[in-house]
Amino acid sequence: MTHGYAKDPVGAHYGTGNWLVQRITALVMAAYIAIAVPYALWRAPASHAQWKALFAGGFFRLATMLFLASLIWHAWIGMRDILIDYVHHYAMRLATQAAVAIVLAFYVAWSFSILWGR
Amino acid sequence: MIADKEIKNMSAATKPRPKYYEFNLAHMWPPAVLSIFHRVSGALLFFPLLPLALWILQSSLGSEEGWARWRDVFASPLAKILALGATWCLAHHFFAGIRYLVLDMHFFTGKAAARATALAVFALGAIATLVVAGLLW
Repeated sequence: MTHGYAKDPVGAHYGTGNWLVQRITALVMAAYIAIAVPYALWRAPASHAQWKALFAGGFFRLATMLFLASLIWHAWIGMRDILIDYVHHYAMRLATQAAVAIVLAFYVAWSFSILWGR
Repeated sequence: MIADKEIKNMSAATKPRPKYYEFNLAHMWPPAVLSIFHRVSGALLFFPLLPLALWILQSSLGSEEGWARWRDVFASPLAKILALGATWCLAHHFFAGIRYLVLDMHFFTGKAAARATALAVFALGAIATLVVAGLLW
């Protein structure tokens, strides 16, 4: 299959970068769902102490943080695509994108505080 | 003059062009429905499911009472049904996303294959939701 263009389309290829990040973060999350979630189900925490013990392990805690970071980055690209598609008013688009970015940045801090805050 | 004629034609063409949108999901072919559901489920995962999941994680890890509260909440049938809705969003988004990764590698790109894989994604989403329903009840 050939995808020939007479000349290189202009631009800094930010779109290509987002496309790739969307897929890499998806694979990180898929690995977590395939490995960490079955591990948690196998441990089957039935009490608060067991639930806390699950997250006390360095590997599980780190994997969960990596999952959440991937999820948040993935959500940014996805929400940005949705807003670009449907919000055409320029100030409105800027405002909604800024709101999403701020909320997601807050989620990063929140995730750290949940996993390491105690 | 040719130029004038062209301008006249162009002004005639500025009339609003008719648009025909097909909004009925039942009239679309499966990959289109899959794509729309992928977007809708993704938006729902961003809000309200992501902040809800973080809140549940925080309070259930944070204290004995928080853990007990969420355990009691998930004992109710309404919460279980909502959890199944969340599960379907995640499962559909997951399997539809895997399908897109496979399409990226130029597998199953024919029309019949694209339809078959879309139907497989719907089936897997339903199966995953049923499995979680079995775990919850």
